[in-house]
Amino acid sequence: MFDFLSDYDDPSIWGAFWMTVKLTALSGVGSLVWGTLLAAMRVSPVPLMRGFGTAYVNIVRNIPLTVIILFTSLGLADIFGMTMGASDFKVQGFRLAVLGLVAYTAAFVCEAIRSGINTVPLGQAEAARAIGLSFSQTLSLIILPQAFRSVIGPLANVLIALTKNTTVAAAIGVAEAAFLMKEMIENEAQTLLIGAVFAFGFVVLTLPTGLILGWLSKRLAVKR
Amino acid sequence: MTEVSVAKEDMAATGELVVLKSVNKHFGALHVLQDIDLTIARGEVVVVIGPSGSGKSTLCRAINRLETIDSGTIAIDGKPLPQEGKALARLRADVGMVFQSFNLFAHKTVLENVMLGQIKVRRADKKAAEEKARALLDRVGVASQADKYPAQLSGGQQQRVAIARALAMDPKVMLFDEPTSALDPEMINEVLEVMQQLARDGMTMIVVTHEMGFARSAANRVVFMADGRIVEEAVPDQFFSNPRSDRAKDFLSKILHH
Repeated sequence: MFDFLSDYDDPSIWGAFWMTVKLTALSGVGSLVWGTLLAAMRVSPVPLMRGFGTAYVNIVRNIPLTVIILFTSLGLADIFGMTMGASDFKVQGFRLAVLGLVAYTAAFVCEAIRSGINTVPLGQAEAARAIGLSFSQTLSLIILPQAFRSVIGPLANVLIALTKNTTVAAAIGVAEAAFLMKEMIENEAQTLLIGAVFAFGFVVLTLPTGLILGWLSKRLAVKR
Repeated sequence: MTEVSVAKEDMAATGELVVLKSVNKHFGALHVLQDIDLTIARGEVVVVIGPSGSGKSTLCRAINRLETIDSGTIAIDGKPLPQEGKALARLRADVGMVFQSFNLFAHKTVLENVMLGQIKVRRADKKAAEEKARALLDRVGVASQADKYPAQLSGGQQQRVAIARALAMDPKVMLFDEPTSALDPEMINEVLEVMQQLARDGMTMIVVTHEMGFARSAANRVVFMADGRIVEEAVPDQFFSNPRSDRAKDFLSKILHH
């Protein structure tokens, strides 16, 4: 009954989920960095940066991820010739997918962190400025560390959503879990079983994420 | 010629440290600071008192530019307050500030709170910073709490740590913005004692407070503010026993006799 699980080797079921994990991990790190920078821009005293941050978030988070991912492949790669330094299509597709996922997810990371910044009392920033810390030092040493700790829960949500959003990469031929699932559904008879197996696979990936980050958010909470 | 320059140096060494000239500030329609002229000499302890909403906290916060002013000039040690940026950060490092709500960095231990400015602003090395931090914590009587987080300390202890954090920068002048107003009555004295000691050690201090006992015993001069103006300036004895203005008489009669 489960023959289909071992009948595929390009990608195999393990290979496909491993690709999902790689997409999630790289895009997660990338969107955390880019999202933090965007949040810093949105609270910066420079109007141009604030404007850019606001415009970016409001445009990007309102475009469907599928459109963004397709644009990376059909737009950036095919029309503008951005091959991401890749020599073959598999690597290129993977890198473009990560780029699209980072661009999209960062908008949500930015808003989560910005709401965290709003939980840090104004007095913390005043005290930091009063001892002579610069704006960037105040942000990086005092505000952001406290903001991050208060938004681990919301960031866990973003990470879980990202894990599931990686399935959109199948649209540009990245051989991750949803890509293999579609292939299996086309070739095999046990459609429901295949669906259940892949659903289970994603729960196995995302459930621990929520549990571990939920535990961390309690442990690292800043006491006031 | 030589005599003049000598006199000028003397001025810099002993004379005016904080100078405010015709400072004005509005909050919307409210004129919170009206033509404030105030000069604080090196080593002087000035206590600012007055009813709520008189602008005394705003005055205190304007001196290290946590509040901007609309017109007038504020100079510290001969240098006018710069615009926002690196120069302002440097100047703030020389001006210690103690807040009503303590504002200790909540995610850092007491020791780290006192070390942070030394390392990040003064570029001290870690070992020297820790030594100095421990010495200062000992001086304000909270050495045993060094490894705790601010939320684990009482209000009085937190405020004493905040004083140590400000002192760690070797400030030229210390600003106290109602340092005891958020404290339980039995903790007020432990903070005032630290401030008394600082005053005796010759620190230049500007203290906004409702503690009249502290004003009497530690101040060189009392500045009485009401409705955004400095109404009266006098030595404490004279101010408390024989206030000149009706506004001050009225204020003192409300707080001293009950």
